[in-house]
Amino acid sequence: MTPDKYFRRQKFVLTAVLVGMVLITLFAGDITRFDTADAFTAVPRVVRWSFRNFIPDEQAVSRLPRILSRLLDTIYMSVMASMIAAILAFPMALLGSRTTRVAGWLAGAARGFASVFRNIPIAAWALILILAFGTSDFTGFLALFFATFGFLSRAFMETIDEASASSVEALRAAGASYTQTVSQAVIPGSMPQMLSWMLYMIETNIRSATLVGILTGTGIGFQFDIYMKSLQYRSAAMIAICLIVTVLVIETISNALRRVIL
Amino acid sequence: MSLLEVRNLTKDYGEVRALTDVSFSVDAGEFVSVIGPSGSGKTTLIRCINRLIDATSGTVNYDDEDMLKLGGRDLRHARAKLGMIFQHYNLVYRLSVIENVLHGRLGYKSDIQGILGLYSEEEKEKALETLDLLGLSEMVYRRCDQLSGGQKQRVGIARALIQDPKLILCDEPISSLDPSSSKIIMDYLKKIQTELGITIFVNLHQVDVAKRYSERILGFNSGRLVYDGPPDGLDRVQIEEIYGTEAGELIIE
Amino acid sequence: MSTLILSSASNGRAKRRANRSIVLRQLTLPKLALRMTLLVLLAVTVIGFATIDTRDTDLREATGESARYFGIMFGSPEPSDQVTFGHAARQVLITLSLAFLTTLIGAVVAIVLGLFAARNLTNPRISNIIKGFISVIRAIPTVLWVLIFSIGAGLGAVAAVIGMSFHTVGYLLKAYSESFEELDAAVIEALRASGASWVQIVFQAVLPSSITYILSWTFIRFEINFAVAVAMGAAAGAGGIGFELFQAAWFRLDIAEIGYITYFIIAVALVMEIIATRLKRRYHIHD
Repeated sequence: MTPDKYFRRQKFVLTAVLVGMVLITLFAGDITRFDTADAFTAVPRVVRWSFRNFIPDEQAVSRLPRILSRLLDTIYMSVMASMIAAILAFPMALLGSRTTRVAGWLAGAARGFASVFRNIPIAAWALILILAFGTSDFTGFLALFFATFGFLSRAFMETIDEASASSVEALRAAGASYTQTVSQAVIPGSMPQMLSWMLYMIETNIRSATLVGILTGTGIGFQFDIYMKSLQYRSAAMIAICLIVTVLVIETISNALRRVIL
Repeated sequence: MSLLEVRNLTKDYGEVRALTDVSFSVDAGEFVSVIGPSGSGKTTLIRCINRLIDATSGTVNYDDEDMLKLGGRDLRHARAKLGMIFQHYNLVYRLSVIENVLHGRLGYKSDIQGILGLYSEEEKEKALETLDLLGLSEMVYRRCDQLSGGQKQRVGIARALIQDPKLILCDEPISSLDPSSSKIIMDYLKKIQTELGITIFVNLHQVDVAKRYSERILGFNSGRLVYDGPPDGLDRVQIEEIYGTEAGELIIE
Repeated sequence: MSTLILSSASNGRAKRRANRSIVLRQLTLPKLALRMTLLVLLAVTVIGFATIDTRDTDLREATGESARYFGIMFGSPEPSDQVTFGHAARQVLITLSLAFLTTLIGAVVAIVLGLFAARNLTNPRISNIIKGFISVIRAIPTVLWVLIFSIGAGLGAVAAVIGMSFHTVGYLLKAYSESFEELDAAVIEALRASGASWVQIVFQAVLPSSITYILSWTFIRFEINFAVAVAMGAAAGAGGIGFELFQAAWFRLDIAEIGYITYFIIAVALVMEIIATRLKRRYHIHD
């Protein structure tokens, strides 16, 4: 290919991609009724609105005890969901991992099962579970748990394959049994990384719990929704601030722990 | 009766034949090197012997047991008597040196002892002796990820030795090491053969190392055994048969 | 049973107890931290279960009931008068479009910010300011962003898309700036030495060499944004298939219809996951 031809072809591909993107964008804007002019002014408008309406006042501060109690529920919920999900995801990951699987068909089943759990969005979990469990914290916990279980199953499978594949081979060669190999090579080799994934899920679940709370009428998310809908924006702002602080604190603690254990 | 006897061993990966009709035997106390270009089946051969890979056909007789017929507990016991060391050491890097060494005893222990990591005082004493032999007595509790490559490989050797094996399979033990660490590791393997009388069966990339240390060399090309004899018998023609014409010129100065 | 060792200096010779038995394991700081963390999390879990508010739901009954619901959902999903195949497909397209617009806006903002956040292209102070700013933005859940925008700027697709863009920017910024940072310092030096300006370096070296990574990361975020858009449809009235699911679950209480909608969502999500997994494998991306 001559240089001239090469550049012409590259230019053609680039133009085709750009035209395609523009067409998709136009289609997407049309079907969602996305108002481009409105979009450009939205951020400055929200900033102005926030300065006028979204700063906590005295009443918002007086509601702090209730907000903090809801926040505590949310933290409990995300820790519980992450912990239980991790406990159940570990055997699932053992079955699904290339390193520790017992049988090919079982590994395929475990991977498929985890994949379905992971691909049902957490909002769908919440809405499905609410039918049977009603609007309660427990429903929120279950929704977080199912989504976390799907995510951690895959994360643990990858961790086991990365962290312990070679030592598992060595222990098998030395005549160790399956359970011995798991307890002496897989667990010590991949525990720190798995704990790191758990900490990550706790951080994520605090945010997801807010969403799930809105859908299931519980926790901090529901409280925020109520304040917003009853035009008490300043109290809602208080919640936003509390969430920021909580998430940043948890992130800082997790990062410090990761530095020690990893 | 030889310690290890391989007869008509063949291994297929789908359409690809990795080993073709390989037969040889190894006597107790020998130092045998396996050489051949990458992809010639050396690694597959070693793993077929201790059943990390299941061969397609043929027999492997080790210490009067037909390895390919064993299963479950019998296979574990047979493997326990057969040590193995790896190119990438294959240690549990987050555990200490002594914990990794004691993993070599798992094949002799019950499930529950193994799960809890319960080892007898004799086993621990043996682990210390072995570490002493390999010059690691100053780093008993060191985490393995803090060791150098050569030290990691010595931990791997200690783990194999504590199995009380009659034979140690070594899968390219020095391919990830610098020349001076490589020499230390090869010297230890030689010492283990001459002083402890343990048979050494080692895959090597370097022909000169194989010639210097072994009493017998097996040469592989494309999954076939093309040379089986003493290091001295390995002349230019043989090398070319193993490695191909051009490589032969490079290897023989 | 074990001795606490906090420094790595004393991990040499074997230690023996009074009866000459050998100490096998020592408690090191990483091990201690790991155990304490697990212990605390376990304690929080137990306390959480002891005090969780179930609003008097009979859990056993509810479990049986939800098993039956799941059976209907996945065993006999059915379209309804409101949610026909055509309607559901259109709603999926709306959700995909929301995700697409979010990803597009997020990607544009993230590329610009990413150039200023990459340590090899800017000074560390600007880089740190941008990264700190992003971590505050990421602390606020997406649903809050969308709700704030729908009140502050008015309901509609604009509020949803911009609200969802914040986390997208945070996520892509990290991915982009890291792939910019992978560019060999020598290349930048060589161009600088030949008199190229910063803008020229960016367009001639930085963007061309990281374009495949940028595109794969962007697709991976698009995949995530689909799930986010489903959630925002349900929780913040952003429309699309998520909103249908919300309507079906809260008002129409039609289990077979919920199953039908869920299958649509899973099918799209699975297809995107397969593409994303291929991209990750091809470009060795670990997220």
